[in-house]
Amino acid sequence: MSKVLAVAEQKDGALRGAALEVVAAAADLAAGLGGEVHALSLGGPGLQGAVGELAQFGAARVLVGEHDALARYLPENYATAVAAAAREGGYAAVLFAATSQGKDLAPRVAALLDVPLATDVTALEVEDGAPLAVRPVFAGKAFARVRSSASPFLASIRPNVFQCQEREAAGVVETFTPTIGEARTRFREFRAVEGTVDVGEATVVVSGGRGMKDPAQWSVLEELRDAVGTGCALGASRAVVDAGWRPHGEQVGQTGKTVSPKLYFALGISGAIQHLAGMRTSGTIVAVNKDPDAPIFKVADYGIVGDLFEVVPRLAQEIRALGRG
Amino acid sequence: MNVIVCIKRVPDTETRIRVAASGTAIDPAGVKYIVSPYDEFALEAALRLKESGGAAEVTAMTLGDPAAAEQLRSALAMGADRVVRLEGEPGPDGLATARVLAAELASADAGLVLFGVKAVDDDQQQIGPMVATLLDRPCVTAVAEFALEGDRVVCHREVDGGIEIVDVPLPAVVTITKGSYEPRYASLKGIMAAKKKPLEEKPAASVPARLELLRLELPPERPAGRILGEGPDAVPELVRLLREEAKVL
Repeated sequence: MSKVLAVAEQKDGALRGAALEVVAAAADLAAGLGGEVHALSLGGPGLQGAVGELAQFGAARVLVGEHDALARYLPENYATAVAAAAREGGYAAVLFAATSQGKDLAPRVAALLDVPLATDVTALEVEDGAPLAVRPVFAGKAFARVRSSASPFLASIRPNVFQCQEREAAGVVETFTPTIGEARTRFREFRAVEGTVDVGEATVVVSGGRGMKDPAQWSVLEELRDAVGTGCALGASRAVVDAGWRPHGEQVGQTGKTVSPKLYFALGISGAIQHLAGMRTSGTIVAVNKDPDAPIFKVADYGIVGDLFEVVPRLAQEIRALGRG
Repeated sequence: MNVIVCIKRVPDTETRIRVAASGTAIDPAGVKYIVSPYDEFALEAALRLKESGGAAEVTAMTLGDPAAAEQLRSALAMGADRVVRLEGEPGPDGLATARVLAAELASADAGLVLFGVKAVDDDQQQIGPMVATLLDRPCVTAVAEFALEGDRVVCHREVDGGIEIVDVPLPAVVTITKGSYEPRYASLKGIMAAKKKPLEEKPAASVPARLELLRLELPPERPAGRILGEGPDAVPELVRLLREEAKVL
């Protein structure tokens, strides 16, 4: 039987949204391969109660590996534990989320297992009984269809792309004894950045460009972000990051993040080719720009020509009114 | 301590991508090539480390065809002491590429090996941690800034929701993201000197690829959008469409 292992990420004892997507993607892949999904969640003691939800999203078995050494993400410990679980289970495929953690972890597991890895995948298919992945290259200017001749097939999936839905059959939650490696990475400190939702994982992105004119004007965008609420993050064009107005973590585009939120607001962004590459797979794109010929309007579903300092506050106000209605 | 920076020749980020007739490569006609921007940050980080006395020698290394000599010359012009080209071409199988690099790095005298966090052509974002794992060395990824502290390197990582600070013992592998290392422009003197410096060329280890690129495709064009109007008066219609048509609010 072709079992698929879904590595389900948690943070501070709570499941990440991306974890459900990995399990859902694994369930679809497993259906194509004629197998079942096992979700693997690693973390510190007390994890078991937090990850049961995975059993409702397509995991036949939820393997919960609790250990003091896994309370915090230390790459060597996690890579050793995941690689050991993959070996012992004899999986046909192992899926990760292409989050910060997944991007760090998956290549290490691939090297330990001596199999190639397809990163940041946006579609998975089964062809002639074998998995096949589609992944963006050149930040989404093109897509590559790749196939691995090694087993297991390893891939990380891009957040916000794969649909997750509750399934009828619920799986079982089991205790799993993780193999612990020798961590050489020493954790010192975490400095949370305000806003907390990462632009790469946000369901709505409010992005500002040179048309914002001044970094002090960002309060206008923050107001819109707050009006949208949970799951909304700020983004930025390369021009404003290069100018030092915004941190690189917010940059969308070929030398920043490639994002696929359900809704993308491009505000005062003209639409340079390297920016378009990073956001064109968004569900719905809204552009506000005072230049009616700006290239951003070619990819936007809805556009408003005008002064964003008049349009955006009104937009925030109308969206807030929806919430009250 | 010596530092090796692995760099890659990639199309300029402003390139409009066209697929070649083969269906598995881009059409190179008219494409300008550059050092992948994150690799430039890594090289800048290495050069600053040397300038502050933390590194003795900086080597830039690439796996590439003869055309990649152009990017190695750029690295020399920025200030690299040595450049090495491993003859070959990095393909879709990142682990195969990592094996080739690891085979060369295993015997190289380098306390620190730097990579860009990802190459901006195939966006694999995996070579650095793979090389480190193959060499059994610690690795810190997505580092915006780092400093040596005794025999350890302290790294500021850019992660979801914030900055994580970790340290690892040397020798180590670090992948660099955009942060503190805005690359310098090569001086005229540097460019002239780069022309005279030798370019080492070596055969690369032979590693079969197991991840195959079946087809490269352009994304479907997005359907033409609508300009709803001018100024704030168009906002109510936008909100209605976002709610009723796109169903995203």
